[in-house]
Amino acid sequence: MKKEFRLMKGNEALAEAAIRAGCDAYFGYPITPQSEVLEYLSGEAAKRTGMVVLQAESEIASINMVYGAAGTGKRVMTSSSSPGMSLMQEGISYIACGELPCLLVNVQRGGPGLGTIQPGQADYLQAVKGGGHGDYKVITLAPSTVQEMVDFVGEGFELAYKYRNPVLILTDGALGQMMEKVLLPELRPRKTEFEPWGSTGKTPDRERNVIYTLSLQPDVMEQWNQRLQAKYRIIEENETRCELIDCEDADYILVAYGLVARICQKAAHIARDKGIKVGVFRPITVYPYPYAELNKIADKVKGFMTVEMNAGQMLEDVRLAVNGKKPIEFYGRQGGMIPSPEDIFHKLEEKIIGELV
Amino acid sequence: MNEKTMTAEEDLRFEQMLAEESVCTKENIVFDRTDTLIDTNMHYCPGCGHGVAHRLIAEVIDELDIQKDTIGVAPVGCSVLAYNYLNIDMNGAAHGRAAAVATGIKRVLPEKYVFTYQGDGDLAAIGTGETIHACNRGENFLIVFINNGIYGMTGGQMAPTTLPGMKSTTSPEGRDIVTMGSPLKITELIAQLPGTYYVTRTAVNSPVNVRKAKAAIKKSFEYQKLNKGTCLVEIVTNCPSNWKMNPVESNKWLEDNMLPFYPLGDIKKPSN
Amino acid sequence: MTEEIIIAGFGGQGVLSMGQILCYGGVIEDKEVTFMPSYGPEMRGGTANCIAIVSDEKISSPILTKFDTVIALNQPSLDKFEHTLKPGGLLIYEASTIINPPKRTDIDILPIEASNEAAKMKNIKIMNMIVLGAVLKKKPIISLESAILALQKVLPERYHHLIPLNKEAIEKGMELAEKASVTA
Repeated sequence: MKKEFRLMKGNEALAEAAIRAGCDAYFGYPITPQSEVLEYLSGEAAKRTGMVVLQAESEIASINMVYGAAGTGKRVMTSSSSPGMSLMQEGISYIACGELPCLLVNVQRGGPGLGTIQPGQADYLQAVKGGGHGDYKVITLAPSTVQEMVDFVGEGFELAYKYRNPVLILTDGALGQMMEKVLLPELRPRKTEFEPWGSTGKTPDRERNVIYTLSLQPDVMEQWNQRLQAKYRIIEENETRCELIDCEDADYILVAYGLVARICQKAAHIARDKGIKVGVFRPITVYPYPYAELNKIADKVKGFMTVEMNAGQMLEDVRLAVNGKKPIEFYGRQGGMIPSPEDIFHKLEEKIIGELV
Repeated sequence: MNEKTMTAEEDLRFEQMLAEESVCTKENIVFDRTDTLIDTNMHYCPGCGHGVAHRLIAEVIDELDIQKDTIGVAPVGCSVLAYNYLNIDMNGAAHGRAAAVATGIKRVLPEKYVFTYQGDGDLAAIGTGETIHACNRGENFLIVFINNGIYGMTGGQMAPTTLPGMKSTTSPEGRDIVTMGSPLKITELIAQLPGTYYVTRTAVNSPVNVRKAKAAIKKSFEYQKLNKGTCLVEIVTNCPSNWKMNPVESNKWLEDNMLPFYPLGDIKKPSN
Repeated sequence: MTEEIIIAGFGGQGVLSMGQILCYGGVIEDKEVTFMPSYGPEMRGGTANCIAIVSDEKISSPILTKFDTVIALNQPSLDKFEHTLKPGGLLIYEASTIINPPKRTDIDILPIEASNEAAKMKNIKIMNMIVLGAVLKKKPIISLESAILALQKVLPERYHHLIPLNKEAIEKGMELAEKASVTA
């Protein structure tokens, strides 16, 4: 059978992927530039699969609805954009502590404050260092194409259940709004089987299932933390993903994730046309971060430039990975501005190549 | 009592008494722990209304035989550990978010019985938005609202329901309605929403009120089967510790001060 | 082959649908495509633009500052994007409303009086399709057949009765482009 490709907007493709992933419930609140997710699901999902789609009164309510529904073991998700994600952080901390699987999507826009509705990447630290209170981690996938916006929905749910942990798709307004060719997965049935830990009503054959996040005894809470940390180490061991583009012979490496990684590829082409060997290192998971892979590359190259739509957030991880082996420069745009391939090439020339030649 | 040591003779008699199984038999038992209430010590202060309210919910769940189909949502506040006392599946919500958490549960498991158990600070201050919107959507669950006019767990701060002139650690001169606002009668407010089906105010300060409160809780669980909307049962209670009274005084104070401001009775009854 | 195009005009002129038709046509022809709209206040009647990339290879950056083809449907768009055209690129503009023509001499320039033609065809809304026809005549990024199939995908079903008219408009644009003299 010939595969059917469709031209879809990132946000709508993600919503369609959620339906096809057999998602049981979506709770969300409108915010540009991600409202199409809620709109698309509101129109389609209930009719097709009986999925619950509810527009909540706020992002705070959305994430707590997710917490409640995820506690039953059902496959649930929400999406928002930067200011809305800030509101959700407390709830995400509870979900992580209660070890509940769910899928979160942040279609980032420029900040801080109300910021802009144009794309941004300034929620990186919030996403990967644990934006809410307490020591916890959210597995964070950073798509760079509309196809990955689709693929990461199914993969995100898999990871969420594998580790009983929230998974975040960290994307941005441009990927949400742009259209590309996508291949959609087959429709998967909705989740009907109960998880052994799910809070679904205590039957006589089992102990009661309580979802909670509190301990009044600090030693018990410490053990709980240690259990979470042990899980995070396993995740770091098993789930780190990255893409190396033209890195084998490269003298200089552009490090970027998501949309910017693609812009960097074009910048690298411009450089190679001028005889300068530039590669692109793209983390696909930004938590867990591909420290080891990046560190390995540092032995072979002359220098790095990190490119982000923020003031230098992932830069901190790049520095940790490279660990002083080679110089690292930074180029960032903020507030919803997107760097162009030419800008990136010129900055690379100005900041690194010029210095080292 | 403890200071006085028992004589050997008394000791023996006591042991014999204990040994006699005939004292408590199925036939003559008049009072027992209800099954859904877990056999453990509660952390609540002596004379607090929470224990009674928990028991009423447990009794109703037993009488309706819905333990296997019931999911409760505990709040943040004194009853944060409610899940340690009720032998059912439960979910501990973040402060104020119980109605949203319950919405999530009920929407994915519409055939189950869901209830929240929330104090005044949780429901009527930090969780006002979630409470009103869940009720306005007519979510099919029960909200048990414990109103004692004070923040108990954090140590006696002013609540949205603290009475005018009532002292608390954050209104040491008494609640000044000019600067601190008036007590929020959120139950009356909620009763106006089309999404609510049954809204009532009860108390657990006297046997007759305890019976009425139980009846209200039972009716609300039964109404969940009808899918007609949210039920809210407010229980006006005391807080002897933070009101700085003994239990008897606190119940008297409740009758003299709380109940005139928060009158008992149905505020919204099912139309048929 | 990679064709990088920017289309700009007023909101409501059908800028976004032109880009989408090019991209959907690309999908139909098994090509790689990326469509990047400008979004936000433009949706409410200001200037709108979109980038359409159609390629035989995997597409890297959806964000571009230099284009192979610039399509300008109003004066502000022409003023803004004329300089973004690569040397030797194609600039097509709506000549019935643009009064200050482009000045560059290192590019191909094709003025199309699309609004006037659309008025003659008694539906001003098909102006964009006339321009699209002219583009496809000069640069066969996708075939006419693919463009028609793409129309079915892009237009909401309630407008499908207008597809024959749109096809006519595309053909009209092709005809105009054939007749028109390209200045270089």
